[in-house]
Amino acid sequence: MNGSLALENVTKRFGSFTAVDNISLELKEGEFVALLGASGCGKSTTLRLFAGLETVTEGDVKLQGRDVTKASASERNIALMFQSYALYPHLTVAQNIAMPLKLRRLSAVQRLPGAHLLSAGVKSQEEDIQQAVKKMSEMLRLDQLLDRKPGQLSGGQQQRVALARALVRDPSAFLLDEPLSNLDTQLRAETREEIRAIHQRTGYPFLLVTHDQSDALSMADRIAVMMAGKIVQVGTPAEIFNTPATQEVATFIGHHRMNILPAGVAQQLHESTSGLSLGIRPEELTIVQEGGLPATVDTVTFHGEETILKLRGPNDLVLRSVLRGRSDLPNEGEQVLLGANRNALHGFDSDGKRAEIAK
Amino acid sequence: MIRRWTTDIILVGPAAIALILFIFLPVLIVFVLAFTDYQFGASSANWVGIENFADLFGSDLGRKAITNTLLYAAIVIPTSVGLGLLVAVGLHSISKTLPRFSNALKAIYFLPVAATLVAMAVSWQMLMHPSLGLFNHWAVALGFSPVEWLTDQNTVLYSLAIIGVWQSVGYNMVLFLAGLTSIPDTLYDAAEVDGAQSGWSRFWLVTWPMLGPTTLFVLIVTAATAFRVFETVATMTRGGPAFASDTIVYALYREGFVYFKAGYASAITVVFFLALLLLTVIQLLVVERRVHYR
Amino acid sequence: MKLSNMIVLGLVSIGAAAVLLPFVWMLSISVKPHAEVFSTDISLFPRSPTLQNYWHAIAETDIPLYLMNGVIVTGGILVLQLLFTIPAAYALAHREFLGRKALFASVVAALLVPFHVTAIPVFIGFAEMKLLNTYTALIIPFTATAFGLFLLRQAFARIPAELIDAARIDGMSEMGIAWRVAFPLGMPTVIAFAIFSVTAHWNDLFWPLIATTDPDLATPPRGILFFRDEESGDDIGPLMAGATLVIAPLVIGFLLAQKRFTQGLASTGLKG
Repeated sequence: MNGSLALENVTKRFGSFTAVDNISLELKEGEFVALLGASGCGKSTTLRLFAGLETVTEGDVKLQGRDVTKASASERNIALMFQSYALYPHLTVAQNIAMPLKLRRLSAVQRLPGAHLLSAGVKSQEEDIQQAVKKMSEMLRLDQLLDRKPGQLSGGQQQRVALARALVRDPSAFLLDEPLSNLDTQLRAETREEIRAIHQRTGYPFLLVTHDQSDALSMADRIAVMMAGKIVQVGTPAEIFNTPATQEVATFIGHHRMNILPAGVAQQLHESTSGLSLGIRPEELTIVQEGGLPATVDTVTFHGEETILKLRGPNDLVLRSVLRGRSDLPNEGEQVLLGANRNALHGFDSDGKRAEIAK
Repeated sequence: MIRRWTTDIILVGPAAIALILFIFLPVLIVFVLAFTDYQFGASSANWVGIENFADLFGSDLGRKAITNTLLYAAIVIPTSVGLGLLVAVGLHSISKTLPRFSNALKAIYFLPVAATLVAMAVSWQMLMHPSLGLFNHWAVALGFSPVEWLTDQNTVLYSLAIIGVWQSVGYNMVLFLAGLTSIPDTLYDAAEVDGAQSGWSRFWLVTWPMLGPTTLFVLIVTAATAFRVFETVATMTRGGPAFASDTIVYALYREGFVYFKAGYASAITVVFFLALLLLTVIQLLVVERRVHYR
Repeated sequence: MKLSNMIVLGLVSIGAAAVLLPFVWMLSISVKPHAEVFSTDISLFPRSPTLQNYWHAIAETDIPLYLMNGVIVTGGILVLQLLFTIPAAYALAHREFLGRKALFASVVAALLVPFHVTAIPVFIGFAEMKLLNTYTALIIPFTATAFGLFLLRQAFARIPAELIDAARIDGMSEMGIAWRVAFPLGMPTVIAFAIFSVTAHWNDLFWPLIATTDPDLATPPRGILFFRDEESGDDIGPLMAGATLVIAPLVIGFLLAQKRFTQGLASTGLKG
C-alpha cells in the first residue's frame, strides 16, 4: 500500500453493535475522497477511526505506509474539521487558530501566560506561530476578525476559522465531517468551491464525510458509498452514478429515486432479463408511442423546469417519470406507454447485485 | 373594566400583600430599628445613630462574630468548591463506563443536602464526642492524642467547617456535573486532534475555561451558604467555647431573641444583608459573563 | 478498565464513604443497646443490633409529636404558598395589568432577601398580635414566597398564549385557567418547588427556635434539640433513633425520586 492514509480490514464494535464492518479504504496522496452514506451507516465512526479519536477493534491503520493503529489523534497529525466546528468559545479567533501550533511546539510550562517575557526561545516560537496565524487568516479572509470570539461570528465565518485551525499546521491528511450541513444554499455553493480550491492549492489528501450526494458528486475525485457499516462501492462520481454496484446504491444516488421494476414486469420492457429486476432513473423513463409498458397517469406535478409524473404500471407498480421542457404533457387519468433507452437500463439480480444485460 | 380590575386584584392581591407584609415592610423596619436602642417588649425606643454598628465593629464580641464567620467561609468556600469540582470531574469521567455506580455515588454525595442538618449535627456531635466518639477512638488507635473537637477554642471553628464542607460538597458537585455535561464532546475531540495529548492539558484547554461561569456561580452560592451558618452552631456549640464559634447569624439570634436587644440585632441583620447583597451583585455580573461566551 | 479509571473510582469511593460516615454512625448508635453505646470499646458497626431505641423514641418521647408538627407546618406552608402563588404567577405570566412590571421587579428584589433579615420585625408583629407559640406563627410568614412566584411565573410563561386564549374562548374564568390549565401544565416546576419548600421548612431551625418556646409545637429539628437538652447525655440511643426518624422521610423521598429532588434543590442556587 502506498496510500497516504489507509484503513485495512478495519472493524469497530461498540459492545455487541458493529458500527464498522471489515472495511478497507485508502486516501492517496493529493486525492479527494468522499465517504457518502445515510445517517447511522457508520461513516462518522469511520472518520473517527481515521482521525485516531476511536481505536479499531480489528484491522490496521497505515499512515504513509507506517502502522499507526495505536497512535493517538495528535500523533497522527491529522486535521479534522468538525460539523459543529468545535471552536473554543473562550478564545479569540487568533488564539483558536494558534492552538494546534502552541500545543505541538510549546510545553505546558511554556504555554503559561507571560512565558514569552521570560524566555527568548519561547518568544521566537510565539512569533513564528503569530506569523503562521497571520498567513492562514489572510488566505481565508479572517484578518479583520482575529480579535473576535467565535460567538460573535456568523456561521460562514466560524467555518472559515475551523478551516484555518485545521490547516495551520501542515497536516498529513484533512478530514471534513459534514462541512456544509450548517450552511444555507448560497453559502454552500461558495464553500464547495472554496474547499475544492484549498484542496488543489494544498494537495493534502482530503476525506469528506457527507450524507449529501450532491456534495460528494460535485467535489470528490472518488466516492466510497457506505451502508450498514460496510463500504458497498468505491469509484469516481461518474462510475457511481452510471454503474451502481447494487440496487441499494442505485436508489440511494440520484436526485430522483430510481424506479425499480421487479422481475416479470421487467421483461415487458426488455426481453432478456429473466430473473432480473430493472432500474430506470425517472429522467430516463419517457412516454413512447408503441411497444412500452402500459401505465396510468396518477398525478402530474409541475416544478418549473421539469414536470414529475406519478404513474401506476402493471400490478399497481408505482413509477415516476421526470419530463423536461415538454409541452405535450399527458392528462391525469390518461393511459400511456412507457419506454426507455436500453443504455439507461440497470439490471439487478435477486441479491440486488448489478447484472449486465444485453444492450 | 371594573371586572378586569377585580379579577387582577383577586389573582395577584393576596401574594402582593404577603410580599409587602412579610418581606418589604420588615426590611424597612429592620433598617430603621438598626439605628435605635429598641428592646423587645419596651414601650419606646431612642434614636442612637450608628451606635449599634459602632458596637458591632468596635466590641471584641461583635468583631469576633464577624471574623469567625469570615474564617469559617474562608475554609469552607475553597474546600467545598474544590472538592465539589474534583468529585464532579471524577464521577463524570466514569459516568460512561460505569453509569450505575457513578449515579449511586452521586446520590451519596448529595444525601447531606436533603438530610435535616440539625439531626445530622447531633450525629456529628457523637462522632466528635471526646470519649465516646469514633474520631478520637480512631485517633488514639493510630497513635495520635485525642482532639477536643468542639470544646477547644482553637479547633471548634475547624470542626464546624468540616461539617459545612460535608454538607455543601454534594450540592456543588451537582452544579459542576451539570456544567460538565453541557460541554460538547467535540471540543474534547478538537483538543485531541489539535495536539492536547494528556487529560491534564485537555482539562486546562477545554474543561476549566468552559466551567468558568459555573465555577463563579458555585463560589457565590457557597459563600452565601457559608455566611448563613447557623444550625450547626446552634445545635453543637451555641457559639462557644468562649464565643470561639460565634457567627454572625448566631449572634443575630442570640442578641435579638435571647437577650431581646432588637436594635443591636437589627444592626447585625443589616450588615449581614449588605454582605449578601454584595455577593448578589457579583453574581449578576457573573450571569452577564455567562451569556457572553455563547 | 483503564488504570486511571480505577484510581478515580477508588478516590471517589473513599470520598463517598466519608460522606456516609455520619449517617452510618447515626444508624449504628440507633440500634446499639444502651451498654454498647457507653462502652469504651467503640466500634463503627453495632455488635448486637436491637430496635429497642426506636420503640423507646416512639412510645416514650415526643418524637411522634414533633414529626406530626413537621407534617402540619410544612404541609400548611406548602398549601398556602400554592394558593397564593399560582394565581399570581399565572397573572404575571399571561395577563396585562397596571403594575405588572413593578410587581415582577419587586418579586426579583424580594428574591435577594433571606428570611433571617425579616425575622426581627416579623417576630415583633406576631408578639404584638399575641400569635407567638401558635401554628399560625410557624406557617404564615412563609406564604410570601418570592422564589415560588419567580419559578412558577417562568414556568407558566412557557405555556403558549394561544392555549390560554383557547381556554378563554371556551368560557373558562381566569381563576379557572390558573388552576385547570396553568397549574397542571406547570406541574414539573410545581413539584420542584414543592420539594424545595418541604425540604427547606422540614429542616428549618431558625424560625421555629424564635417563634415557639412551647415543646408541643416543636417541629422536628426544634424537637431534636428539646430532646437532646432534656436527656442530659444518657439517652443517646433513643436520640439517634429520633434523629434517624426525622431525616427518614426526606432521605427516602430523595432516594425514590433522585432526579426530581436534585432538580428541586439545585434550583435554590437562584435564591439569595
